[in-house]
Amino acid sequence: MSPRLRSGQEHERWLVPLLVGPALAFILIGSLVPIAATVWEALHGHDLRLPWLGRPFIGLDNFIEAAGDPRFRAALVHTVVFATVTVPLEIGLGLALALVMQTATHGRSAVRVVALLPWAIPTVVAALVVRFMFEGLISPSFDWLVRPLAAWVPIGVADVWKTTPFVAILLLAGLQTIDPALHEAASIDGAGPGRRFLTITMPLLIPTLVVAAAFRILDALRLFDTVYVITAGGPGTATEPLSMYAFIALMQRLRFGYGSALSVTVFLLTFGFALVWVRTLGRSLVGDRV
Amino acid sequence: MSAARGLRVAAAIGLLGLLLVPIYWMVVSSLTPEARLFEAPHLVPRTVTFEHYRALFGERQFLVPIRNSFVVAALTTLLAVPVAASCAYAIARFRFRGRGLLLALILSVSMFPQISIVPPLFLVLRALGLLDTYPGLVLPYVTFSTPLAVWLLTGFFRQLPPDLEEAALLDGASRLRALVDVVLPLAAPGVATAAILTFLYCWNEFLFALSFTLGPERQTVPVAVTLFRGRYQVPWGQVLAATAVATIPVALLVAGFQRRIVAGLTSGASKG
Amino acid sequence: MAAIRFEGIEKVYPNGHVALRPLTLEIADGEFLVLVGPSGCGKSTLLRLVAGLETPTAGRIVIGGSDVTELPPQARDLAMVFQSYALYPHMTVRENLAYGLKVRGTPKDVRAERVATVAQALDLSQLLDRRPAQLSGGQRQRVALGRAMVRQPKAFLFDEPLSNLDPALRAQARAEIARLHQALASTIVYVTHDQEEAMTLGRRVAVMRQGVIEQIAPPLEVYARPQNIFVARFIGAPPMNLVPARVLGIEAPDGALAGIRPHDIAIGTDGRPTGVQAIVELVEPRGHDAVVHLRLDAPGTLVVLAVVQNEPPAVGSRLQVSFEADRICRFDERTGARLRQ
Repeated sequence: MSPRLRSGQEHERWLVPLLVGPALAFILIGSLVPIAATVWEALHGHDLRLPWLGRPFIGLDNFIEAAGDPRFRAALVHTVVFATVTVPLEIGLGLALALVMQTATHGRSAVRVVALLPWAIPTVVAALVVRFMFEGLISPSFDWLVRPLAAWVPIGVADVWKTTPFVAILLLAGLQTIDPALHEAASIDGAGPGRRFLTITMPLLIPTLVVAAAFRILDALRLFDTVYVITAGGPGTATEPLSMYAFIALMQRLRFGYGSALSVTVFLLTFGFALVWVRTLGRSLVGDRV
Repeated sequence: MSAARGLRVAAAIGLLGLLLVPIYWMVVSSLTPEARLFEAPHLVPRTVTFEHYRALFGERQFLVPIRNSFVVAALTTLLAVPVAASCAYAIARFRFRGRGLLLALILSVSMFPQISIVPPLFLVLRALGLLDTYPGLVLPYVTFSTPLAVWLLTGFFRQLPPDLEEAALLDGASRLRALVDVVLPLAAPGVATAAILTFLYCWNEFLFALSFTLGPERQTVPVAVTLFRGRYQVPWGQVLAATAVATIPVALLVAGFQRRIVAGLTSGASKG
Repeated sequence: MAAIRFEGIEKVYPNGHVALRPLTLEIADGEFLVLVGPSGCGKSTLLRLVAGLETPTAGRIVIGGSDVTELPPQARDLAMVFQSYALYPHMTVRENLAYGLKVRGTPKDVRAERVATVAQALDLSQLLDRRPAQLSGGQRQRVALGRAMVRQPKAFLFDEPLSNLDPALRAQARAEIARLHQALASTIVYVTHDQEEAMTLGRRVAVMRQGVIEQIAPPLEVYARPQNIFVARFIGAPPMNLVPARVLGIEAPDGALAGIRPHDIAIGTDGRPTGVQAIVELVEPRGHDAVVHLRLDAPGTLVVLAVVQNEPPAVGSRLQVSFEADRICRFDERTGARLRQ
């Protein structure tokens, strides 16, 4: 950063704690303390249905139980595979959509509204509509929701439908930051549209792609709403992602200790991913903002 | 080359139309009598009925969750936006120790999986008697919508030229006065965008609402819609009517503020 | 109006960058001082220190006899014209002009009167109800000026106020500022990177580089007797020519460089003692004169610029070049400092 950044305001430094305080308080009390509490909770046995057993410290027993729990392992696999499959799909489709949207010179506003709508409606609403479409209208003889593998299709469709346009908007913004003069220079140099796309557009789009992918992966790892509505994890537990298993353990089986351990696992998964992503790519999600 | 261009435009219209299909389907089906719901769909419905909407607002009393969602979203926005704005202003304008850390902290909170927070929050809210109340939802919502608002507004304030505030200072205004006279009027667009995004977040949030509300009196729209139960099966007609109703405020906001929303979302994300 | 004094002022940023090395400077009451230099020389930093928009890492700032180092900008009673004008976009011209007075609690009638006077002086009376967005660049510049004038401050600070104007408007605006100084006898600190502006406006010019004032003196002195090579090359356009001293045929210690301004080079013998032979490489006609690039017949290839009033010579022609001996400056090659006779 240039040292010529306006560094003034040294006179009214006292304002800073006042301005930052409330936000910091909410964040500390609203998320950091709870996360710590969840971790603490995960290290204890705590079953709300058996209050007389108290809350003994049991160390990593919950985690060990989880490691041996086939349902947990399945949920982990579900979550990771889901992310691995849907994210590239959404990025790819989003890119295609963005390229198409770029050519729209008229009706930009309408295009934006149409693209924003799926993203803006509640996830559960999107999922409900997709479920309705699959329950009887799309190939009514084939009951999607009853087959363990096929049940993933409506879940995937709902997710892709909801998030692809959003990805497209992000990528479109990234496309628009590419100086058209570069394309002009390249075409004068003799490069056709395909080559220009590969050698000019794509390399310059990579930062945006990276950010979009990071956000999508984070969201995919936290998958919950869509599955809850479409299959409730079924048939059986064939479509149950990690967050859902944690939720069931907590709110339905009231095993707070174990459920907390599962939650911590989800947290480690998402946060671990974020850290690895940031470190490997050397590009902080915080970017040049600091 | 108007042939190729025509093809591209057709593709554009086709893809975008495809995006709208589910919504169109939803609306059309919500107006179709229950018995005919799973018949082969027509582009334009043959018979239109409002029975689902009547039932929705009659027996189902769908106005209750709508009211709840509005109240929670409004309260959250009113609380979260000023909190986020003042924090963002401080980050953008002042240089203080730990500024980078603060921003990183705020951002990382938005990456938390909500499920990880549910256990302790549930216990605390229960202990405080705040389960199934408005504050019980507003407080977690404020916590989770603040990061995005801070990020958005920090970028926004950074783009505001500091010249204007400096000019006000030299003109003799105290920093507080400069804030009110000069910064606030100019921050209106950014603040509006943050408010819209916060409102959308609250309107759409599901997990916390599901976990922290117990009965129909305080449930929000996403929860109410998911928990529809019919006597024998899911009352799809009413469910779709409910989803259509849930979509209306969203659609209005998007249609009215699409430019703002896109600008807000892409200001940070596209530059990485 | 007030005098401004810097005592041992230094500004080092937290990342180690030294914007200003310790300097002491006195600006007299009513003086027009121009701070000029390339980007990053510290001139804007110095200005912002006076304004209170930055605080010095060491030293004191005294305005009108009082130590203001600890005072925030709003308490210093100074007016500043920003490079971007910083007009409040959501206020009308009238409100912009009146803002400083309003904030200080000046009574309404006094405010209205002062605004009217200044608007009249700057030909803004017709525009009082417009918003900045509806004004042209020149009009905005005048409003920025007016906003400062209305305040009747202890001193005026200008931060490159003309750089956003079209060249055509610049001369006009420059004249307005000069008139302002004459009429109000105000203390003015003026920052610019344009050496021509510096020369025409300032009573004294401070040439800065990398946080140091290289020379501070009236314009003519800076022009004719620059302290070092940097000042010599920065002031004057086209820049001063620098060649090894022996080329000009003058006496100088070994390794000294001689500087001669393009205007002080004569072409053709003209009865002067012969200088050097040269070939014309390029001619740049400027209308009222021409810049001639001359390749001298000296060991090594040296190109020198001359400004010629009359019919410029043809490219490729060979001619005699002579130099005005008493306009030649000698510089030490190693330190860059000017050598006295």
